[in-house]
Amino acid sequence: MNFSTDVQANGVAILPEILMTVLAVTVLALDAFGPKSRRRELGYLAGIGLLVVAVMVWLIGQWPERELSDQLVLGGMIRHDALAQIFRTMVILAGALSCLISMGVPRLKIRGDYYALLIVAVIGASLMSAAADLIMVFIALETASITLYLLAGYLRDDDRSTEAGLKYFLFGAFTSAILLYGMSLLYGFTGETNLYLLGNWMAINGPPDAPVVLALALIAVGFGFKISAVPFHFWTPDVYEGAPTPITALLSTASKAAGFGLLLRFLMAVFPPPELVNAFDVHDYSQFWVQLIAVLAVVTMSLGNVLALVQQNIKRLLAYSSIAQAGYVLIGVAAISTDRSGDGVAAAAFYLFMYVLTNILAFGVVILFANATGSEQIADFGGLARRSRGLALAMTVALLSLAGIPPAAGFIGKFLLFRAAVDANLVWLALIGVVNVIIGLYYYLVIVKVMYMNPAPDDAAPIPVSAPYRWALWLTAVGVILLGTVAVTPLLDWATDAAHALHVLI
Amino acid sequence: MVITFSGVLTGILLTPIVAAVIILLLKDESKEQARIVAALAIGFTLLLALGVFFGYNVDEANAAADAGDTYFAYEDHVKWIESIGVSWHLGVDGISAPMVLLTSLAGFCGVLISWGMEDRTREFLAFFLLLVAGVYGVFLAVDLFVLFFFYELSIFPMYFLIVIWGWAKTREYAAMKLTLYILIGSVVALIGLLVLYFKAGQATGVYSFDFVDLHAAAQAGAFDTPFFSGSDATTARLWFPAIFLGFGVLAGIWPFHNWSPDGHVAAPTAVSMIHAGVLMKMGAFSALRVGVQLLPEGAKAHLPWIVFLALINVVYGALIAFRQRDFKYVIGFSSVSHMGLVSLGFATMNVTGMTGAGLQMFSHGVMTALFFACVGMVYDRAHTRDLPSLGGFVHKVPLVATAFILGGLVSMGMPGLSGFVAEFPVLVGLWKGPGFLPDPGWLTSTFNYYGTIALLAVLGIIITAAYILRVVGQVFFGVYNEERFPHVTPITLYDKIALGLLMFWLVLLGVYPRLMTPMIESGVKPIVSMLGG
Repeated sequence: MNFSTDVQANGVAILPEILMTVLAVTVLALDAFGPKSRRRELGYLAGIGLLVVAVMVWLIGQWPERELSDQLVLGGMIRHDALAQIFRTMVILAGALSCLISMGVPRLKIRGDYYALLIVAVIGASLMSAAADLIMVFIALETASITLYLLAGYLRDDDRSTEAGLKYFLFGAFTSAILLYGMSLLYGFTGETNLYLLGNWMAINGPPDAPVVLALALIAVGFGFKISAVPFHFWTPDVYEGAPTPITALLSTASKAAGFGLLLRFLMAVFPPPELVNAFDVHDYSQFWVQLIAVLAVVTMSLGNVLALVQQNIKRLLAYSSIAQAGYVLIGVAAISTDRSGDGVAAAAFYLFMYVLTNILAFGVVILFANATGSEQIADFGGLARRSRGLALAMTVALLSLAGIPPAAGFIGKFLLFRAAVDANLVWLALIGVVNVIIGLYYYLVIVKVMYMNPAPDDAAPIPVSAPYRWALWLTAVGVILLGTVAVTPLLDWATDAAHALHVLI
Repeated sequence: MVITFSGVLTGILLTPIVAAVIILLLKDESKEQARIVAALAIGFTLLLALGVFFGYNVDEANAAADAGDTYFAYEDHVKWIESIGVSWHLGVDGISAPMVLLTSLAGFCGVLISWGMEDRTREFLAFFLLLVAGVYGVFLAVDLFVLFFFYELSIFPMYFLIVIWGWAKTREYAAMKLTLYILIGSVVALIGLLVLYFKAGQATGVYSFDFVDLHAAAQAGAFDTPFFSGSDATTARLWFPAIFLGFGVLAGIWPFHNWSPDGHVAAPTAVSMIHAGVLMKMGAFSALRVGVQLLPEGAKAHLPWIVFLALINVVYGALIAFRQRDFKYVIGFSSVSHMGLVSLGFATMNVTGMTGAGLQMFSHGVMTALFFACVGMVYDRAHTRDLPSLGGFVHKVPLVATAFILGGLVSMGMPGLSGFVAEFPVLVGLWKGPGFLPDPGWLTSTFNYYGTIALLAVLGIIITAAYILRVVGQVFFGVYNEERFPHVTPITLYDKIALGLLMFWLVLLGVYPRLMTPMIESGVKPIVSMLGG
C-alpha cells in the first residue's frame, strides 16, 4: 500500500492550493485595506500570481524524483501523480487567463472580492484534479461549485446574470445531491471512502452488478453536470449567456477540465479494467461505464453541434460548441479501457489542455467586442476584420482550433482522440466523431465568414485593444498554434505520463 | 529511425509559410513589398523544385524498384511526435517530383497574374502562400500524418480565398460547399488511415505513420487478413473504397465532383489556377499513395468498378462542358473530364497507363492553369463571361488568344503537345488492361471490358475538341463589339511572363516527353509490381 507519510511529500502535494489560498487572502486584504487608487492592479496580482503557481505546478511535474508521484498523501485524501499535475496546470492556467481577461470588463476589474472568489473556484477545481477520496471529491466539487454559483450571478443589477447564477445553483444543488446518493451507495457496499481501496475491494469481492450500475449512473449524473454532457446540459446555454464573460470562460475551461480529470480518475480507480488489478479472478465493471460513456459521447457531441448551428448569440453558440467539445473528449474517456489504454486518457488530457487555451482566446475576443459594441450577436461581428485585424485573426485561430483545422492545436487533438477510438475498436465512435467535426466546421466557418465578408455597421469604429490585452491574446494564439505544430511532443509525453499514472492502482 | 536532413524539401515547404508570416507583419499600405516578398518566396521554391526535378536520379530509383524497396530522394527525416510514430519525413519519388514542379509553376504564375489585385492584398497573398505550402506538404510528405496535416491545412486558406476574393454571386455557396465536400472525403480517408496504422502496428509491432513502414507492413500482408474475425472481408478490401474515394473527392471523381466547377468558377483567377491545376492532383496523388500503394489487394478488387466512375467523369464532364454558356464553367467542367483520365490511368494498373496518368496530372495542371489565367484576363477586360456576348478578342489580346488555343490543342490531345503524350498512354494502357483478370470474372469473359471503356473514353476527347473549338470561336474570333467593350487594355508584362512560362512547359513536354516519362515510370514500377502486373 503506497500511502506516503513523508512530511515533505505531503507538503509538496498541496503546495499549489496553499499558495493559492495565500493569494486569495492577500487579494482580499489588499482590497479592504489597500489604497483605492491601485485597486485596478489587483487583477494583475491575481492573474500573474496564478500564472506563477501554474508554472510551479508544471515544474514540480518535471521533478526527476518519480517516487514522489503515484502516491496517496494526506491520509489518502490526495493523490500526487502526473494526472493531477497536468489537470492542475490547465485549470490554474485557465484561472490566470480568466483573471487577466476580467481586467477588460469595466464592472469587474476593480473588484477584489471577485478575484478572490475566482481564485477559490480555481482551488476547488485544482483539488478536483487530485482528489482520491469520496470526502475530498465532494469537498473539492462543492468548493468549485459554490464559488462559481456566486460568480455566475455576480452582476447583481443584470437580470441575465442573476438568472444564470440561480439557474446554475438550482441545477448544481440537485445534481450534487444525486452524486452524493451515488457515493453513499458505494460507501455502503464497501465501507471504504478512498477511491483506490474502494475499487480494489469491489474488484476482488464483486458486489452484484445491478446496484453497482445504479451507483455508477447516479455518479455519472453529477459528473455529467460538471462537464455539461447531454442530457445534463440544460443549464449550459443560459448560464454561459448570462454569466459575466470571464466566468463563462472559466466555466467552459477550468470547471470542465477539472470535471474530466475527476471523472477519469474516478472511473479508473473505482471501476478499474481487470487487467490493472493485481489479483486473480477479479470482477470487471469497466464494461458498463465504457458503454455508458460511449453513448454519452455520441449524444453530447451530436446534440451540441446540431443546436449550435442555429444560434445567433456568440456566447450561446460557444456554449453549445463547448458541449460538443465535451462530447469529443468523452470519446477519449470511452477509449481508455483496453490493453493499450494509455492512449485515450492521454488524448483527452492533451485535448483539454489545448481546449483551455483555445476557448479562453475565443472568449477574450468576445469580451473586447462586447465592450466596444455592447453586442453579443454573431451578425454584429460583420466587418470585424476591418475594424480590428488582430482580433479577427485571433478569433479565427480559436475557431479553427475548435473546428480541428491545422495548424491550430485542435487538429492534432481530434486526431489523437479518433486514433484512440480506432485503437479501442470503437471505429463506429470515431466515424460519428468525424461526422460531427464536419457539422462543427460549418458553424465555425460561418462566424469567420461574417467577420471577414459581411460589411461593418455604418457607425463602426475601430475596436481599441489595450497593450496588455493584446499581448495576452497574441501569446494565447501563438500557444494554440505551437501546441498544434512543434510543441506537440512535450505536451503529449506529459499527457501520456498522466495516463500511465492512472494505471498504477493499489 | 535514421535521421537524415538535406533541407531542400523542408526549404520548399517552409519558405511560403515564412513569407506568409512576413507579409502579415507588413504594414497595410505596403502592397508592393508584399507582392515582391510573395514572388521572391515562390520563385525561390520554383528554383529549388527545378533543382529537385533535374537532380532526380532515375537509375537509383529504378534499381530500388527492381529490388522491391521504396525509394525517396532528398529525404528529410527528423523526429516530430515520436510517441505516436509520427516523424517529419519528406521525400520525393518519381510521381511526386513533377507534382512539386507543377505546384511551384502554378503558384509562381498565380502571384504574377494577381499583381494587380488591390483589395486586401496582404491577406490575399498570405493565404495564397499558405495554400501553396499546404499543397507542397502533401506532395513532399512521406510520413502519412504529415500528408494529412497539410491536406487539411490547405482547406482553410482555400475557403478564405474564395469567400473573400471570389466572384460575389456564388462565392459563399461555393466556398462552403467545396470545404465541406473536401473535408468529408478527407476525414473518411483519415479513419481508413488510422485503421491501416493499427493493423500494421498489430502485425509488425511498429506503430508508425511513415509510408516506408506501412508499405513494409503491406508487403508483409498486414492488410490482407480479415478485418472482423469471422468474416472473409480483408482490411484492404473493406477500406480501399473509403480511402480511395475519400481522397478522390478532391480529384473530382464522379459522383463527388459537384463541388469542383462551382469552386473553380467562384475562385479568383490565381486561386482557380492552383485549385484546378494543383489541388485536384493532390486528391488523386493521395488516393494513389495511400490507397493503391498500400492496399494493392483492395485496388484489384475495387478499381475495376471505379474505372467506370472515371469513364463517366470523362464523357459526362465533357458533355456538360459543351452545354455551358459561362466561359469559366466550360473550363471548370473540362477539369472534371480531364481528371477522369487521371483516374482511368490509375485504374489500368499497368505501367503504360499509370505513367500516362502521372503525365496527365502534370500536363493538365499546367494546361488548366493556363486556361484559367486566360479566362481571368478576358473577364477582367470584358466584365462578363457570357459566351454569346463575347467575340473578337484575338484583335485586342492576341497573346491570350494564342495561349488559349495552345491550351485547347493540348486539351484535345494534339500530337507534339503534352496532352498527347499524356492521354495516348492512358488509352493504350486501358486497352491493354491490367496484367491480371479483374473480378467479377464474367465481365472479362463475355466481352473486352477494358477495351470497351477505352473506346468510350475516346468519345470524351472528341467532345472536348468540340467544346474547345466552340469556345475559341465564340470568345476570340467573330465580330468584336466596340460599343460593349470600348476600353480594352493590353495585358501586362507580368501576365505575359506567366502565360509564356506555362506555354513553354506544354510545348517542351510535347516535343521532349523523355524529360519526364522515365522519372514517372520509375515511380510507377514499384506500384505495378505490388499489384502483380
